[in-house]
Amino acid sequence: MNAVGFPLLSLLTWLPLVGCIIIMVVRGDEATVAANARWTALWTSLVVFALSLVLWARFDTAEAGFQFVEDVAWLPQWGIAYKLGVDGISVLLVLLSTALTPICILASWDAITVRVREFMVAFLVLETMLVGLFVALDFVVFYIFFEGVLIPMYLIIGVWGGPRRVYSAIKFFLFTLTGSVLLLLALLAMWSRAGTTDIPTLLHTPWPASMQLWLFLAFLASFAVKLPMWPVHTWLPDAHVEAPTAGSVVLAGVLLKMGAYGFLRFSVPMLPLASARLAPLMFTLSVIAVVYTSYVALAQTDLKKLVAYSSVAHMGLVTIGIFTFNVQGISGALFQMLSHGIVSAALFLCVGVVYDRMHTRDIARYGGLADRMPMYAFVFMLFTLASMGLPGTSGFVGEFLVLLGAFKVNFWLAMLGSLGMILGCAYMLYLYRRMIFGALTRPELRNILDLTPREVAVFAPLVVLTLWMGVHPTSFSAFWDASVGAMVQSHQAALASAVKLAAGVP
Amino acid sequence: MNWSVALPEIVLACCGMGILLVGVVQRRNSFHACCMLTVGAFLLAAVLVIAGPRGRGYNGLFIADTFSVFVDVLVLVAAAFAIVSSLDYAEHENLRRFEFPVLMLYSTVGMMVMASASNLMSLYLGLELQALPMFVLAAFARDELRSAEAGLKFFVLGSLASGLLLYGVSLVYGFAASMDFAALARALTDPAHASAGLIVGIVFVLAGLAFEIAAVPFHMWTPDVYEGAPTPITAFISTAPKVAGIALLVRVMATPFGHLLAEWQQIIVLISILSMVLGSLAAIGQRNIKRLMAYSTIGHIGYTLIGLAAGSAAGIRGMLIYLLTYVFMNAGTFACILAMRRRGRRLEQIADLSGLARTDPLLALAFAIFMFSLAGIPPFAGFWGKYFIFTAAVQSGMWTLAIIGVLTSVVGAYYYIRIIKVIYFDAAEEAFDRCPASLAVVAAAGALFTTFFVVFPAPFVAAAEAAARVLIL
Repeated sequence: MNAVGFPLLSLLTWLPLVGCIIIMVVRGDEATVAANARWTALWTSLVVFALSLVLWARFDTAEAGFQFVEDVAWLPQWGIAYKLGVDGISVLLVLLSTALTPICILASWDAITVRVREFMVAFLVLETMLVGLFVALDFVVFYIFFEGVLIPMYLIIGVWGGPRRVYSAIKFFLFTLTGSVLLLLALLAMWSRAGTTDIPTLLHTPWPASMQLWLFLAFLASFAVKLPMWPVHTWLPDAHVEAPTAGSVVLAGVLLKMGAYGFLRFSVPMLPLASARLAPLMFTLSVIAVVYTSYVALAQTDLKKLVAYSSVAHMGLVTIGIFTFNVQGISGALFQMLSHGIVSAALFLCVGVVYDRMHTRDIARYGGLADRMPMYAFVFMLFTLASMGLPGTSGFVGEFLVLLGAFKVNFWLAMLGSLGMILGCAYMLYLYRRMIFGALTRPELRNILDLTPREVAVFAPLVVLTLWMGVHPTSFSAFWDASVGAMVQSHQAALASAVKLAAGVP
Repeated sequence: MNWSVALPEIVLACCGMGILLVGVVQRRNSFHACCMLTVGAFLLAAVLVIAGPRGRGYNGLFIADTFSVFVDVLVLVAAAFAIVSSLDYAEHENLRRFEFPVLMLYSTVGMMVMASASNLMSLYLGLELQALPMFVLAAFARDELRSAEAGLKFFVLGSLASGLLLYGVSLVYGFAASMDFAALARALTDPAHASAGLIVGIVFVLAGLAFEIAAVPFHMWTPDVYEGAPTPITAFISTAPKVAGIALLVRVMATPFGHLLAEWQQIIVLISILSMVLGSLAAIGQRNIKRLMAYSTIGHIGYTLIGLAAGSAAGIRGMLIYLLTYVFMNAGTFACILAMRRRGRRLEQIADLSGLARTDPLLALAFAIFMFSLAGIPPFAGFWGKYFIFTAAVQSGMWTLAIIGVLTSVVGAYYYIRIIKVIYFDAAEEAFDRCPASLAVVAAAGALFTTFFVVFPAPFVAAAEAAARVLIL
């Protein structure tokens, strides 16, 4: 049935729910329940992560199609099946989700003190949804996970968030739901024509040009909100600022990738004509996102908001890369997704470290932390540089490839994209100077403590990954080379055949 | 004469008389026993419905087919939920009278007749048999002003609607010379033969039925009756009669007037859009959860009607799946609402739910499941209802309806997740009283069905498909 002989992807998807059940049945006083919940959640997510390493080891990088496929009849008369599988595009995103979840659980070990059990349950449910989303090979299954993510995330922001959590949670929910329901209509339109929601079949179904345009717009409504693209990004700073650290980490690390994954899985390969036609629109929106949100980030006084706006800018580069339709651009976009998943997650963790100590996110309240927190200063610097795209860190490879791809399409596109990188340096270095350097003048910072061993354990894997991706990018890009090559090829073939068709018509 | 097709209805009616006797003879503490006997009678009727013979009987007045079986079973389940939900309420509010379950039983018989009606006369009889006990039940808390007002309002407006319906029936009879569904369908095969008078008659019939299912613009009674009626009765009104009413509407529109689709489709589209929009917008400002559920019902009726507007077997299938999921969600929600009680005093304000997640996590979880499901968020059952409804709309090319539908569902999601916000995000208040076992059973049944529908949807969808097929000519 698949390469490993047992349903690995189902196991990865559903195992976190088993952890939830264990957490829920624990009885005892509050401290016991909380401790049990933390340890159970951590072990569950570590087991899931260990299992997901099987994917890393057994994934055949030469194969462009789907691997580890599972196919179970679900609603056979209506063309809906429980079908899972991964290809080069999704496999590392699965690993990203499974890797970040234990880190998030560790990061909220002491930060979450109320209703710990519910928090861990919500987080494990979220992991199920995220893994399921990336491995789904049926549109309906995908949609269920795609929208299902809303439920745990709504609760995580709303219950454990900051002072304006209610507003942010509801805004987050309604923004993303509005996009999703239009995606549902597009799904139904595809189903009514193809008679199935099987993604591999839909990938090989030619859609008429007029229909492609509408489908693309419906997809765009959904994925642009998730990504988020300018001008529908406004929910993101709110959600990030109010969410607890772990919520921000998973939001920036994985949830933002859902939109980009949607473009790569659905919009570009299924709707080549509309994608090509609307690429200028996508470029415009992305460039505005890159430049505008970078300027906005420069003006922020709130630490988390700054990182949130920088996420929007970095994701703008991802969409530029995707819509260049060449191997460099798409590879770069994928690399940038992974890199951003790790770097922005780490930056939010850095924010969490000082927030847990000082309970403020106001940049002006910090300064001169290098004296008291040398280790923290080092970690923060590494991720600042990675976020700027310094060679030798993961950020460089992605941004470089995206810009390379963009140059092939249009000089100005690459030019404005690079402007984003320069502005990125500006706001990140400015932030770093204000936070870490200078004299330690504030009395309340005198006794601030450096990273605890638990925090070192949280950051260590992220540091290793950032450097590994920067120094030896091939060990990651090898996963998707075949899939991206096939995708670009079929995209060009589709465009060529459309041209031929148009020429053939008198 | 093939009298056995109506066997479940006959048996249930006889059981009702028996239970009435039990109630009269055993004067004391008869309420509980009568309720249990009624639930038993429903169970017996459900078995008879499923196992019983299919076909026409009583000179074509009555029909038993897969459609009526589906609807009957659903109605019986909804009615049983309502009776179990009322056990605790009647205890607290001093409504322990044995007439209570008996009236519900006869109303249910009326609904089963509605589902099986194949003649405008039996349609009217079923509808009235269903409605009359309901008027009494709405006013059952005689000492309460709101309840009496609800009953009276329900009765006056209900009579008006039934007058409209009857007038429509007489017009149809006058212009088409028959009341039998099959004969009407034969006479109206060619839409060109439909005279203006007949169309007016159909519109009147539609208006009467729209009142029954609380579709806009015939919804005015709903919020007041929902708020005033005893809560278990509200739970009953919001589920079983809606199922029966929609089933009846579908059968009338699809069977005798099926060839006139072009004539009545626009009306259904309009009613559907108005219901969805009003249901989602008007609910936002509500403070009382029963009133909120009234507007929620109106919205859900709007979604259901999309299936009828699509005018295809897929549409009817979607409606049946929607009703199935709706019954379980709504019965469960009302069980949760009935559990809102502090030191014996019942509560109805949304603000009373504040911080429920801390004081009673299980009830809060059930509430959250129902609210997410009513909002149509996957993987809960409510999503599947919407999925199959919108599938039908898209297949029939009704894009406007589908887009308005999904957008109003986002607006609707706002007020559902606002309740979850009150439950999970707000500061905790004093705990509710212990949830009685009867309500816990209903809430758990509803929550389990709503959550796990996603795992085994195939048999339900197949049953709905089989039921929908028989209606399309």
